[in-house]
Amino acid sequence: MDAMHTESSCEAAAPGLDYSTWIVIPLYNEASVIAGVVSELLGQFANVVCVDDGSTDGSAQAALDAGARVLTHPLNLGQGAALQTAISYAVAQPGCEHIITFDADGQHRIIDALHMLERAREEKLDIVFGSRFLDDRTNPGILKRIVLKTAVGVTNLTTGLKLTDAHNGLRVLSAEAASRINLQQDRMAHATEIVLQLGRTRLPWGESPVEVLYTDYSKAKGQSLLNSINILFDLVVN
Amino acid sequence: MLIQIILIVALLAIAFYLIRATPSARHLAVRRMLVFLAVIGGVVVILSPGLLTSVANAVGIGRGTDLLLYGFIVAFLLYVVTDFKRSTQLSRANTQLARKLTLAEAHLQDEISRRGANPDD
Ligand SMILES: Nc1nc2c(ncn2[C@@H]2O[C@H](COP(=O)(O)OP(=O)(O)OP(=O)(O)O)[C@@H](O)[C@H]2O)c(=O)[nH]1
Ligand SMILES: [Mg+2]
Repeated sequence: MDAMHTESSCEAAAPGLDYSTWIVIPLYNEASVIAGVVSELLGQFANVVCVDDGSTDGSAQAALDAGARVLTHPLNLGQGAALQTAISYAVAQPGCEHIITFDADGQHRIIDALHMLERAREEKLDIVFGSRFLDDRTNPGILKRIVLKTAVGVTNLTTGLKLTDAHNGLRVLSAEAASRINLQQDRMAHATEIVLQLGRTRLPWGESPVEVLYTDYSKAKGQSLLNSINILFDLVVN
Repeated sequence: MLIQIILIVALLAIAFYLIRATPSARHLAVRRMLVFLAVIGGVVVILSPGLLTSVANAVGIGRGTDLLLYGFIVAFLLYVVTDFKRSTQLSRANTQLARKLTLAEAHLQDEISRRGANPDD
């Protein structure tokens, strides 16, 4: 009923397309860029899942039209909540070997994701974190750099892992690693929580250089510096 | 002064409660007891106003109204923290509920499109 049937009913498998990796994208009000992000990803990966988190600008429709599988939160719960929903969905799919978390705002590069996936497969790493500070391609600006570096310090202190970047949305996880994540932080503090939970799995991990594109669009939309105080508060208080 | 120690300990306890403790039935019982004691204390103090000032003097405060103000502030802070904890718990429950709904809907959609692709199932 399942394997053979699905095979015959699907369109012929495109060569070179990755069928065992699920791309998961938390999506909130990125209507102008999400279609581009999704269609570019679909050129490499068969499975792209967006969790629309109560967007009010038609992001969900844009992602759907671009060919993504779109799950819908009934209301805005936050990036961490959306990520957890997407991960729960993806790990339950038959044939899922890897999960890649990817931002909707067009700041990540697919080439970096492909490199990280290759590393995960070749070096048998269950977890590969993207880091924008391992090479000098990324220029976040001085203030952002200070905030991010502070976040790295806090993350390393609380998680015991020694990372060079925190709050980087690009990660490659094996299905095993992903299935052990259970995020309670609905908003941005999940980025530290996810490192904490992954660290506790004791699975082999690595860090790979990635470029984060800071366009005018993403600078206007990205995290305000003040919000890092909220993140810190969420982490300290529980 | 005794009152300084009492107030500092009270504030630190509230901060600790904010950062560490997860709400439990024991905490609820303690809070209910505090409310009960506050009512009794309130009635006693209303009946004999002089008592408040003597208690205040005993802990190193000049006037009973000042003691009342300090007590009020501590109680208020405790209320804010408790309420914050409760709302955090509620929003976690809310998230879980919403996630279940989202995943159930997704599962249903997947099932429908699978049957659409394999009508003989
Ligand atoms: N589901 C969901 N996604 C969100 C929410 N807020 C932001 N996002 C998504 O999270 C991703 C990253 O958000 P940003 O605000 O750019 O955060 P960031 O990339 O960590 O920070 P910058 O470095 O400033 O860009 C994007 O894909 C957003 O669409 C939210 O409330 N819900
Ligand atoms: Mg961003």
